[in-house]
Amino acid sequence: MGNKVIVIGGGIAGLTAASTLAGCGVEVVLLEKEEQTGGHVARWDRLFPTLRPAHEVLEKISGSNLARVKIHVNTHIKRIIRNDGQYLIECEERSNLAADAIILATGYELFEAGRKEEYGYGIYDNVITSADLEDMFRAGKGITNMTGKIPARIGLVHCVGSRDEKVGNMYCSKICCVTGVKQAIELRQALPQAEVFSFYMDLRMFDRGFEELYFEAQQKWGVHFIRGRVSECAENQDYSVIVKTEDTLTGRPLKITVDLLVLLVGFVPSSETNRIAGMLGLPVGQDRFLLTTDEHTADNSTILPGVFLTGSLKGPSGIVNTIADARATAIQVIQFLEKIKHV
Amino acid sequence: MNQFGYTISNDRQIDYDTRDKRFITAVLVAEPSLKGCIGCGTCSATCSTGHFTDFNIRLLHTLVQRGEIMKVKQELRHCMFCGKCQLVCPRGVNLRNLILTIHRIMEQLG
Repeated sequence: MGNKVIVIGGGIAGLTAASTLAGCGVEVVLLEKEEQTGGHVARWDRLFPTLRPAHEVLEKISGSNLARVKIHVNTHIKRIIRNDGQYLIECEERSNLAADAIILATGYELFEAGRKEEYGYGIYDNVITSADLEDMFRAGKGITNMTGKIPARIGLVHCVGSRDEKVGNMYCSKICCVTGVKQAIELRQALPQAEVFSFYMDLRMFDRGFEELYFEAQQKWGVHFIRGRVSECAENQDYSVIVKTEDTLTGRPLKITVDLLVLLVGFVPSSETNRIAGMLGLPVGQDRFLLTTDEHTADNSTILPGVFLTGSLKGPSGIVNTIADARATAIQVIQFLEKIKHV
Repeated sequence: MNQFGYTISNDRQIDYDTRDKRFITAVLVAEPSLKGCIGCGTCSATCSTGHFTDFNIRLLHTLVQRGEIMKVKQELRHCMFCGKCQLVCPRGVNLRNLILTIHRIMEQLG
């Protein structure tokens, strides 16, 4: 075809878009700033709602067609210049790359939990994030708290960094709800003696299999769901953590001591997403995620012809939707390449 | 007279058809941030008064929204105006001003 597409970002969005395009015979180069592709999914142990291993998904995406994608890891973009209908990408580590179209797949970062100071992340030893817990699951060495104790009581706090004007994030991060339910089940599986408590405002089980997982958490695993947002935590002398909330269903304040507290951190646009959006002058929404030209009918294109967006740089998104979105982006790009060929 | 053991129970439904809307309307005009409340209970979790009395600031403004004015009246005087509720509210409800507003409007409406 002679057309070249550059995909920026090697998480599941970028990998799927790149391999779909390669499968259609398009020449694709993928740039990844880290040492490895795989993004956040590579850090996750098992996935909701079926608890399948995360690496399976990466292996499937990395199947046949990805071999035809030229992948450059450890690559940092200095500048993107638009020149005569083409895009020129200047990288720190290699010579300039030219492309007819670029796909931005620079994704999200997890909310910095330390910003919710009242929960004590980075201050209290036994307050960790959902990502820290995944690290523990992946390491497979069992669940202990920071004092080496097998926790008898574990709390999970929903909506950390989401739905919270105090940190400037009014949006819902969508997937933390079901992540919390998944991790509650996994904790009960790993520690059958432990009690697990989930503190929530709403449980948004919007997708296939989610509500069933919630039901399973209640019925089979005896997870305790307490409807109240946590206001603050404090540390005891033995490093256990006191959690304060209102049990809104009885209308009384509630306190509980846990040996481990897991903060279900939400999504924020990655710093690379913000940087490249700034570089290209792409508009962002109030939530600071990138805007497309039409949120319903053109959810992959931007104000710049030839620049496409895919995945969670447009807002919180789970794996199923991200993969579907990346494939849709590939089709949009192919249509664009056809169009410029005939000009 | 024979007593047959029957009693008449009072209707305890919140009646949205007959609720007094004047009150909530006036409150929302004076303190529109209340409209954003999602009833999460963060305010009441941090409330010092709520730990030692029946005062529940989350319930209080839910009652205001429902037009349950008599209950609100009994509750109001417990608040110490420390403002912690406002510090933690994820929806930015101006809770201190809300309490003052409720006081003021109660007096106005009698």
